[in-house]
Amino acid sequence: MAEQNNNELSRMDFVTDQTVKWCPGCGDYAILKQTQRVLPELGVPRENFLFVSGIGCSSRFPYYINTYGFHTIHGRAAAIASGAKLANPELSVWIVTGDGDGLSIGGNHTIHLMRRNLDINILLFNNRIYGLTKGQYSPTSELGKVTKSTPMGSLDRPFNPSSLALGSQATFVARTIDRYSKHMQSVIKNAYEHKGTSFVEIYQNCNIFNDGAYEDLTEKEVAANNVLELEHGKPMLFGKNKHLGLHLDWNTPKIVDLDKDKNVSIDDILVHDQTDFVIASILSSFTYDANFPTPIGIIYAVDEPVYENLLDEQIEDAITKKGAGKIEDVLAGPNIWEVK
Amino acid sequence: MAKTKIKHVDHVVIRFAGDSGDGMQLTGTRFTESTAIYGNDLSTLPDYPAEIRAPAGSLAGVSVFQLHFSSKDIHTPGDQPDVLVAMNPAALKGHLDDLAPHGIIIANSDAFNTKNLKLAGYKNNPLDDGSLEQKYELHTINMTELVTEACKSIDISAKDVQRTKNMFALGLLFWMYNRNTDTTIQWLQRKFKNKPAIIEANTRALNAGYNYGNTTEMFTARYTVEKAVLPPGKYRNINGNYAISLGMLAAAKKLGLPLFFGGYPITPASEILHNLASFRNFGVKTFQAEDEIAGVASAIGAAFSGNLACTATSGPGMALKTEALGLAIMAELPLVVINVQRGGPSTGLPTKTEQSDLFQAVMGRNADSPLPVLAPATPGDCFYAAYEASQIAIKYMTPVIILSDGYLANGSEPWSIPKMADLPEIKVEFTKEFNGEDVFLPYKRDKQTLSRPWAIPGIPKLEHRVGGLEKEDETGNVNYEADNHHLMTSLRHQKVANVADDYPPTKIYGADKGDILILTWGSTFGPGRVAAERLHKNKIKASHVHLRYINPLPIDLGGILKKFENVLIPEVNMGQLYAIIRAKYVIDAHGLNVVRGRPIRASMIVNSVNKILGI
Repeated sequence: MAEQNNNELSRMDFVTDQTVKWCPGCGDYAILKQTQRVLPELGVPRENFLFVSGIGCSSRFPYYINTYGFHTIHGRAAAIASGAKLANPELSVWIVTGDGDGLSIGGNHTIHLMRRNLDINILLFNNRIYGLTKGQYSPTSELGKVTKSTPMGSLDRPFNPSSLALGSQATFVARTIDRYSKHMQSVIKNAYEHKGTSFVEIYQNCNIFNDGAYEDLTEKEVAANNVLELEHGKPMLFGKNKHLGLHLDWNTPKIVDLDKDKNVSIDDILVHDQTDFVIASILSSFTYDANFPTPIGIIYAVDEPVYENLLDEQIEDAITKKGAGKIEDVLAGPNIWEVK
Repeated sequence: MAKTKIKHVDHVVIRFAGDSGDGMQLTGTRFTESTAIYGNDLSTLPDYPAEIRAPAGSLAGVSVFQLHFSSKDIHTPGDQPDVLVAMNPAALKGHLDDLAPHGIIIANSDAFNTKNLKLAGYKNNPLDDGSLEQKYELHTINMTELVTEACKSIDISAKDVQRTKNMFALGLLFWMYNRNTDTTIQWLQRKFKNKPAIIEANTRALNAGYNYGNTTEMFTARYTVEKAVLPPGKYRNINGNYAISLGMLAAAKKLGLPLFFGGYPITPASEILHNLASFRNFGVKTFQAEDEIAGVASAIGAAFSGNLACTATSGPGMALKTEALGLAIMAELPLVVINVQRGGPSTGLPTKTEQSDLFQAVMGRNADSPLPVLAPATPGDCFYAAYEASQIAIKYMTPVIILSDGYLANGSEPWSIPKMADLPEIKVEFTKEFNGEDVFLPYKRDKQTLSRPWAIPGIPKLEHRVGGLEKEDETGNVNYEADNHHLMTSLRHQKVANVADDYPPTKIYGADKGDILILTWGSTFGPGRVAAERLHKNKIKASHVHLRYINPLPIDLGGILKKFENVLIPEVNMGQLYAIIRAKYVIDAHGLNVVRGRPIRASMIVNSVNKILGI
């Protein structure tokens, strides 16, 4: 990305003249604000940002952020963003999607984008409900969820988005929470810096149809015991006094209390290695599991070849081997004859 | 040799028929290549099963290649073959009915064994029971045995030897029609570069076939078909899928834009993906997406980023792309969508041709969502259709559908190689500056075309948002107001209607008024024109108009139609253009609707005209 004299960019440069029409109190406001805070710091000229979304509450995002934007159709943002990025790899392309848009109707595109590893950042707002259609259960809703479409409770087990991402060969998997402003900024920044597809799941509260879905993670009294903030190379500790830790007993993860359990020391606590697929898989398996804290931060990040670079290399390679294509040659083909 | 007469004929139709594994497509293609280089006009129709290898010897497994070549200008692969090459009983059984009276049958008698006869449903061997000789000129040749003999000392498997029998048949046909074997031998040498034994075996089989004709006294005549009188210039043989690929490449080159293709493999459109993927050294970006939706969606994304964007599919894939086309209409982005039509509904007849997606192209989207639709007339014309579709898409900022079909895609004809300089100019200008007062208005339209400006990401100060929600006039902001929606719907409608302003006058073959007009579209051009020519020969005044532009229809069409007592619309569907013409021009019309997985025959159109005129 070419650096330009965009030092003067500020949050306000990324605010549009459109009235934001999310419900008052919606978690989306916080995500919009933190994104608008981070973008000026990335050293990218504003005109090189492209935000692509599908359908849903989250997908109105592009209208409120003053960059190039494309509010597309339900589930297809990943496919449209892929074409936009391939056509112009210079762009910093961002997808804003939700648990319905990105995991249900658009699940196929999401997984294929991740395996291809285009340098695109996915912000998936997970509120575990369909908001824009007024409150049906989503593919991340808990089993037995009672909604208008499931008056007797939902019958399908929820997706675990981070495990899905890992299974799709994603090279960057992270999680943050709408109420964690600073944390969200740092995750978004890291997602930008990662070369390849970055999958960022953002836990977002829908205060109208699924209020309190994440209160265990956001309410002051309980949050510390329920949230594990990941830091690469650091032991995985949580709790009010960082007295709780993650210990790997052979291949079984266990929570230990450093204050109470005298047989364990800080050396027994598993150190986070964001390049370790096994650790990432274990951490991701804690999703929606009441016995373990919810990991937030970068779960997994590795460097793999980026699709659009490989495509450009193929083009260069073809030109080196065959010479730059001459249209006259292919129009004529190998077998011509002349009529005089 | 002395006993063999040379007969001059104007045109010949040969049908090669054999098992899927017999190499009939290859045989047909080689004969076509030699015939093209010789200088005949020609038209081909490959017809193969959807299964890669249906059970050997079965009727379902028969693969066919029909070739019509002539010393005159021809337009179709021919109604009836004059020569049927039958490599097994199933090939004979399935195609004998089509053979012209007194036509020639060349049969590989070695394949007419008990098992194959049973598979084809023959109780007795038709080659032996005398039934065929009464009506046809029958030549039974033990091809398998002859190639085995010819390849005796070559160190290859018996299976590889047997595979060369198609070359034997080809060699014999080359002898019959006075073609030399050189280009095929050169081709074998290229194709099997590192397999000298295979080259040797195939060359020997080819020569064995040629010499068989030369030395046996089985054939009483050889035929010559003089070179066709084509306009001067350089020619090649081309099929529709290749021509359409080149058309996209040429349009991108002329525009100075990178070409992006997003698509998903589907018969009979996959070759377009393959062809464009082979153009990496032109900078072409092809993207094999995860599904049909992602194919078109990625192309829409590429269009937003400023590439010449294209996708190709067939009917079922088109159904999946429908919603995304609505988005391209709403976002007003240029996009070329190629539908290589096949038999349907549903999976239908994947490898057979049909013209039944016209309604889908013109009307098959939710809401009022017009877009231009055009249809090439011949395989070579696919090039110009792709080029013109790109031109319309960019000028009017709209998705454009090209309706090709299985016959155009796989069929081939001699093609006058165009010069880039002779192709019409296409221009593109990305918007770089504000078009409003200190503001960029993404939906402020060109007064003449009603097209909106194309500002692509990366251009400073023109940051803007587009999307599927209704737009406010000029600003493009989301707007749900009643008057605005009516205005925007009308503007989108009028913009597409304006495309017709650019059409050349509609050409009429024959008189501009009279008893009957044959009105065709797409690949029915050939049979329609041949029918009109035949009717003229019989002093019947039938005119022919061919429609290239399906939506919007040409402005002068209504006036033309009203000058004829009768209008006959032959289509390979149940009457789709027919319904549109009747609705739009409130005229009576006659349909001729034949959906047999093949192009309509000229003779059917002639019969239909005669019936309407009471002749």
